[in-house]
Amino acid sequence: MKDRDERFHRVTHQTYILVWLGLVILTGITVSMAGMSLGRSSIVIVLAIAAIKSGLVLSYFMHLKYEKGLFFKLMIPIVLAVLTIFIGLTFTDVAFR
Amino acid sequence: METHQDYTGSKIGMWLFLLSEIILFGGLFLLYSSYRYKNPLDFHLAAWELNRALGTINTMILITSSLFMALSIFFIQKGDRRSSALFLFATILLGILFLGIKYVEWTAKIEHGLYPNSPRLLGRGKGEVLFYGLYYSMTGLHGLHVLVGLFVLSGMLILMMKGKINENRFVPLENSGLYWHLVDIIWIFLFPLFYLIT
Repeated sequence: MKDRDERFHRVTHQTYILVWLGLVILTGITVSMAGMSLGRSSIVIVLAIAAIKSGLVLSYFMHLKYEKGLFFKLMIPIVLAVLTIFIGLTFTDVAFR
Repeated sequence: METHQDYTGSKIGMWLFLLSEIILFGGLFLLYSSYRYKNPLDFHLAAWELNRALGTINTMILITSSLFMALSIFFIQKGDRRSSALFLFATILLGILFLGIKYVEWTAKIEHGLYPNSPRLLGRGKGEVLFYGLYYSMTGLHGLHVLVGLFVLSGMLILMMKGKINENRFVPLENSGLYWHLVDIIWIFLFPLFYLIT
């Protein structure tokens, strides 16, 4: 029983509410940023905020931060690497046509 | 009686499915970015027309539903089935609300004659046709995922009422939660790409 408790009760509901607050604030920032014309850099900032938001969801709501084992540690970096290779290779084609 | 549960195994299985979902949407995001790269101006014009307020509300709804989902799992682990069921029910209600708003959004666009292959859309630039094609297929596929998630979560609620999901056996609820959060993450990327980047 003690083992189970250690495994499952690490995240408190305060943590979840804080993460939610963070997500709401970041959404507010992206939406208000869209009103300003920041040109080309805006797409980078908006995507960076989306990446931070999904990082929060992955690590806290989806408990990835608390999972043990190589699989859980490596899967997201591997998927990101695969997507980067796909996007990178496609753009070397699309951009130089 | 202690029944055998492979806790880590079930989670790894669920994650493998979720990774395939990431790749599925990843392909669509790749399509979006290369078309956007080729038609920046048309994408700018078309994105300007989407209802940003409704998109923002839907983002807040999904984020909040994710919080409720996490809280539902938190309470079942503590053995508080009542609170867990309540938060799960709230998650389902928010999911329905999301789809309702999506419905309003789509009908408004369709009434304005902006749907795939519509005469009004075909009269516009090639990039705008592509934008709306991607808009309907990507938010449509995402909406389909929300709908499937709603069925799964409702099933979980029924199992919880029957006592088949409880403080000793909650992996199915956790895995459904993982799915729901992934659907949220996909929307986190869809929202700025379609509604904000103009």
